[in-house]
Amino acid sequence: MQSFYAVYRKEMGHYFVSPIAYIFIGLFLFLSAYFFNYFLSAVIQQASMMAMQGMRFGAPPEVDVPGQVMRAFFGLLSTLILFFTPILTMGVYAEERKRGTMELLMTSPVTETQIVLGKFLASLTLFALMLLPTASYLVFMCLRSDPMPPWRMLLAGYAGVLLLGGSLLALGTFISSLTENQLIAAVLTFAAFLFVWVLDLGSNASGGIGAVVQYLSVIRHYDDFTRGIIDTSALIYYFSFIALFIFLTVRSIDSMRWRRA
Amino acid sequence: MIEVENLTKTYGEATAVDHISFAVNKGEILGFLGPNGAGKTTTMRILTGFMPATSGTARIAGFDVATDSMDVRRHIGYLPETPPVYPDMTIESYLDFVARIKNVPSAHRAANVTDAMRKTNLEDRRTELIKRLSRGYKQRVGIAQALVHDPDVIILDEPTVGLDPKQIIEVRNLIKGLAGNHTIILSTHILPEVSMTCDRVVIINKGKIAAVDTPQNLTSQLKSGQKIRLEVQAPPDAVKGALAQVPGVSRVQVEQLPSSAHSIVTVETARGADIRSDIAAKIIASGWPLYELRGVSLSLEDIFLELTTDDASHAQPSLN
Repeated sequence: MQSFYAVYRKEMGHYFVSPIAYIFIGLFLFLSAYFFNYFLSAVIQQASMMAMQGMRFGAPPEVDVPGQVMRAFFGLLSTLILFFTPILTMGVYAEERKRGTMELLMTSPVTETQIVLGKFLASLTLFALMLLPTASYLVFMCLRSDPMPPWRMLLAGYAGVLLLGGSLLALGTFISSLTENQLIAAVLTFAAFLFVWVLDLGSNASGGIGAVVQYLSVIRHYDDFTRGIIDTSALIYYFSFIALFIFLTVRSIDSMRWRRA
Repeated sequence: MIEVENLTKTYGEATAVDHISFAVNKGEILGFLGPNGAGKTTTMRILTGFMPATSGTARIAGFDVATDSMDVRRHIGYLPETPPVYPDMTIESYLDFVARIKNVPSAHRAANVTDAMRKTNLEDRRTELIKRLSRGYKQRVGIAQALVHDPDVIILDEPTVGLDPKQIIEVRNLIKGLAGNHTIILSTHILPEVSMTCDRVVIINKGKIAAVDTPQNLTSQLKSGQKIRLEVQAPPDAVKGALAQVPGVSRVQVEQLPSSAHSIVTVETARGADIRSDIAAKIIASGWPLYELRGVSLSLEDIFLELTTDDASHAQPSLN
């Protein structure tokens, strides 16, 4: 436990000592705030146009402004994650290997699992810290809405973002453990992300295979969360995905001992 | 404290370490001497638990490196070839991190970190970022890192590489000061280093042990004979002919000094015979002015070359 915490603490220090975390969080918040503003005004404009049409032709249609903004916003977050997480994970192991510090970790009384979990949870913490300020946009919007949308929607949405992000971070750290080169790690990670993303298009395939492929898509299960639904099968999917890649990372680190360094 | 038996490591077809066995007693400094690619780093990596051996056993403080790896890791401090430092940490926070992963109890941690910095003369730069340090300081941080948990065994892979002469002397004194409380293995390809710091030397070449002994014994026993060096003002061929007749002389080499009529003569003698006076008498009798005559004991360098160059001519590109 002490060793796990030491690795976690070191990783967090690493993120916040360098300017990377600040630039990263700053850029993420700028983009998410810009798009939130854009979605909000677009949906409101649409709603008022529909209200005007309703006045002319009678029976004004109901527009769920906060619900629509939230869905659009969580959709946006998933896209931003796609671009941001590879940068977050590319150096996690690649840099340790290049600097030779992996040799220190691997000759210290720390298990591979402790190293991998410490690093994974540190990257997940940074990811959560990056997301946290964006919640303020939605909280303000919900507080100003009448009727107030259920909090469940907000919480489910963020649970979805964390699970999706966690899955991509687990995949990204695994890829980082395979190479010494950060750039290669980032590019491969991005390619892998796109692959698990577009598996959703597998729905076009026929019959059973199509359904299986679609189930494997990382984004497929995310939609439910953005609608405020927490589906057990989605939870199982994401937890299995994270566990699989953490396990593979542990094996990959362990295999370094057998490779010629 | 350290027992190695029949340790072998192969990488595919290539054998990096070939059935080596040796033991190190508590408090001893053992030097691991060999050309680059002799298998020094591989042996050290096996001892530290970084990589498994193909066959054979190694025990550190009674723990087997293969089966009780975690116990072994608790008992060793290890400095790899490049100091394993994080550039964006300060010296103090880095050593604190190492102390944590080496399971130093929190009550002793600060004291251990301060102690390691004191021993390596880093105290006045404790808050400096490691990336701002010179190569020599980084190396010292690397050594401090190997000491911070006060391990029984310290394994140092080329600890003086990249240091300037003053720093090398400091590091050697530091290592000598650590002996007694700690058992130390250090590797080097610099010969004077072993004679200055080590109690015993293992000479390793192409994965095999060529010799294990004290530096003194190696210099006095392994040589096939004694060498005598003379500076004489005489024609080279005449000196060669005259000295070859002296009983006990096994070989004579003559070099003419370029800017004078002096010759440098190296005489090799059979083991045990001291014939310096006979040689002096022969020179004087021939009427040549004698400027210098002294016995040269074989340096570790000669022994090393003797032990390792036999097969160096057909050596394959080696591993490291």
